Amino acid sequence: MAAATTTRYVENIHPLHAVLVAGSLPLFLGALLCDWAYWSTYEIQWSNFASWLIVGGLFFSGCALVFVIVDAFRVASHGRGWLAYAVTLLAAWIFGLFNAFMHARDAWAAMPGGLILSLVATALVIAATGMAFCRWRAGARP
Amino acid sequence: MTRPCSVVAPAIAAILVACGGPQPVADQHGPDPALPEPHRGILPNMKIAEPAEWGERKPVVPEGYEITAIATDLRIPRQTLVLPNGDILVAEGRGGNAPKLKPKDVIAGRIKAEGTSPVTGGNRLTLIRDADGDGRYETKTVFAENLNAPYGLALVGSSLYVANQDALVRFEFVAGATKAAAPPVKVTDLPSAINHHWTKSLAASFDGRFLYVGIGSNSNITERGMTAEVDRAQVWLVDAATGAHRPYATGLRNPTALAIQPGTGALWTVVNERDELGPDLVPDYLTQVREGGFYGWPYSYWGQHVDTRVKPEAPDKVAVALTPDYALGSHVAALGLAFSTPAMGAKYAEGVFIGEHGSWNRPDPAGYKVVFVPFRDGRPAGPPVDFATGFREDDGRTYGRPVGVTVDPRGALLVADDLANVVWRVAPAVPQ
Repeated sequence: MAAATTTRYVENIHPLHAVLVAGSLPLFLGALLCDWAYWSTYEIQWSNFASWLIVGGLFFSGCALVFVIVDAFRVASHGRGWLAYAVTLLAAWIFGLFNAFMHARDAWAAMPGGLILSLVATALVIAATGMAFCRWRAGARP
Repeated sequence: MTRPCSVVAPAIAAILVACGGPQPVADQHGPDPALPEPHRGILPNMKIAEPAEWGERKPVVPEGYEITAIATDLRIPRQTLVLPNGDILVAEGRGGNAPKLKPKDVIAGRIKAEGTSPVTGGNRLTLIRDADGDGRYETKTVFAENLNAPYGLALVGSSLYVANQDALVRFEFVAGATKAAAPPVKVTDLPSAINHHWTKSLAASFDGRFLYVGIGSNSNITERGMTAEVDRAQVWLVDAATGAHRPYATGLRNPTALAIQPGTGALWTVVNERDELGPDLVPDYLTQVREGGFYGWPYSYWGQHVDTRVKPEAPDKVAVALTPDYALGSHVAALGLAFSTPAMGAKYAEGVFIGEHGSWNRPDPAGYKVVFVPFRDGRPAGPPVDFATGFREDDGRTYGRPVGVTVDPRGALLVADDLANVVWRVAPAVPQ
């Protein structure tokens, strides 16, 4: 029997992919905290900070999505949980995008929608980061 | 997985609700405009003018009137002033130094710039002269330069006042001169930090002792914070001799033009109201300015309609907010105001001309024309009448955008066009 070799996406995701997905977490989380600060103080500067943090989060998670899309075509079979990860990351990005639109509203018009969307996007990106790092460890215990 | 869903559902619902558009409002002119509920979609409506050359075209004026371009190749003409000998001064410039504070500012600023002239603002006053009175202005010369986005103009005796975007200055004016003999003297500084709405409109009281200066807000609706709004969105009363000043009226979001009513001496203004509440909110307006009056911005619009985008709220301020006299329609961007004279012809003898720069925050463009609001017994009476149109075609091509309007007492309306960089003159074909 000839040894069958298949390309599998195993063990760890690409380090740059890891940086991108993990990096979007503090950005979305920072936006959430800034939104909370604006919500509780009416100090507009927090809302400005949140707007830019969301842009940063969209950039990082967007680049991570490029890795996911490339992998989708490049890798013949994916590890368990891959699809859930891809969908969760995509959802985080889409909620982040709507959150950016929500934050483009002037002053309190961004509330409470901006706070809710920040909460959802942050939860999704935490879940996505967890999935990115917790799967694909197919090897035996040391 | 049910927990996140309970959060997601309201967010999705909020987005869906935001998508449904309101019904268009038929009429928003006059003292009692229809005001729909506020509405804002996922993205603001942005419909930007597509600049085009006039070529052989001209604005369309009423039958019996002629329109001529009396000065071309200007550098962003905004307001004009007719001098006693019939010469015309044109203030040219582009102001504002608001930093891009949010991602939105970067994107929206670029889009809005598409609808304006690419020419660099002149920061100067140009004088144009028709020496032989044939209606052709054969002289065009720089009267004063190195100004800072000049806008409002007023002449009192031998004092020519110019409202730069950062200061009110005075030139010594000599009748018949084509150039200022000396640099101007500062009367008073004007609020200029950020200068989101940078135009400083100007009018002089009948006796010339006082000047009224219109100062716009520093934001659409306080999104730059309330500290940026100190001394903003108000009309100042300035003592011409000393420069001392105090607020004359407040809560006027962007009072872009001021005019003194002939006969009464009352101060009138046109005000640009807030954006992003939907295509039919909030109507820009024409109003007599009552001394000490508060006109709502930012807390409320058109009297007691609370704007929930402003926090913290100020119910005590809302309670005393005055309702403006006359709605001009939402987003028309009224930038010019001038009282008429019988020399303009019987139909336009009593009332005001208003230059409407035109909308960006509306799917169905509004403004882009000059209208006439008829007056009777010193008050607006009846709907606005189109006086100069054809600045924008239905296909979006935009040839010009009216700004300042000035009535030449000999019977002509001057219209500054800051897209085509032209000053238009509309006069009865047969002098009245």
